[in-house]
Amino acid sequence: MSRASNWSEDVLRAMQARKIVTVCTIPDGGLTQLLKLIEASKSARLVTLSTEEEGVGIATGCWLAGARAMVAMQSSGVGNCINALGLPAAFRAPCLLLVTMRGQWGEFNPWQVPMGQAVRPALEAVGVKCYPVDKPEEVGETFAAAADFAFNSRVSAAVLVSQRVIGVKGFGQE
Amino acid sequence: MTATPDKSANRIKRRPFMADLLSRRGTALVVPGLGSPTWDCFAAGDQGEYLYSWGGMGLAVPTALGVALSQPGRRVLCVTGDGEMLMGIGSLAVVADQAPDNLAILVLDNESFGETGRQRGLTSNHADIAAVAKAFGVRQTRTITEQGAVAELADLLFKAAGPVLAVAKIAITDDPWRLPEKDGATIAYRFRSALGLEQG
Repeated sequence: MSRASNWSEDVLRAMQARKIVTVCTIPDGGLTQLLKLIEASKSARLVTLSTEEEGVGIATGCWLAGARAMVAMQSSGVGNCINALGLPAAFRAPCLLLVTMRGQWGEFNPWQVPMGQAVRPALEAVGVKCYPVDKPEEVGETFAAAADFAFNSRVSAAVLVSQRVIGVKGFGQE
Repeated sequence: MTATPDKSANRIKRRPFMADLLSRRGTALVVPGLGSPTWDCFAAGDQGEYLYSWGGMGLAVPTALGVALSQPGRRVLCVTGDGEMLMGIGSLAVVADQAPDNLAILVLDNESFGETGRQRGLTSNHADIAAVAKAFGVRQTRTITEQGAVAELADLLFKAAGPVLAVAKIAITDDPWRLPEKDGATIAYRFRSALGLEQG
């Protein structure tokens, strides 16, 4: 079994234990295994978005109506969410983000670098607590801690899964 | 060729129209977008089942979708404007894809950015939000231009199998400010209490 499938299974288990029943996403290569597991397990509804900020609105609406959701995206999608993250902040509602990173560890594509490098300062500037993780075996427990922090303290939290965990995309130019 | 906007088609007066419509909502939850849709709902009579918004332009439909998916036994009405709807227009594709049968969307279309000085909006020219919704696969869509269509509109928004979307072509009117609670935590507490949810 690959390391990628291990951390995805850990996240799925943590989601199930916390009754996260909706996952809003614009997919990323690093999320492939997790999204497949979620679909196969039928323990959560997948909501495919047209832009990531919609996921922030949907997750906030879910919590206001009594259910837990999260948003899964690539780091470039974080830029699309910044104004939207004011919504859960204003409602004092939790919003849990799972972000697979680009533009950092061994990045091949320069177009990914500006947003990738800005993810953490941009999220922190709008009050989102960031949980970076760069070891596959620590993704599950980090996700669990971020989820508990978000839902119990009613704040937004983002798990930033390093490119070191998900592997560097090389388009044959590795 | 540029179409000349037919302003005479925008006759509906938002405040009496919304008051009439909301008097027919039954137990529906209402998610108004920021600005005038929120003021209109509050002006019609303050309710804990109204999830007022003061920001997050473009997110009224996504928020209402989250509510609808999480409360499948309750009707949910999203009330938004043409500017906010266009900012989040892709969310109609998400609504059509998820196809919640309890979600209705009403776009109050005055073809203007009413809150910021009545600058011209894109629906004053070619953009047709109901046509976009239909093309995305929203189950039923309608455009109304007359105040008297409220009864029929209420049937669509509160009874027909969703997702449905209606555009109401409304007039630009001078309405008194009616501003509800602005603390989001208080609005959320009231809304969750109205749903009987635990606050822990």
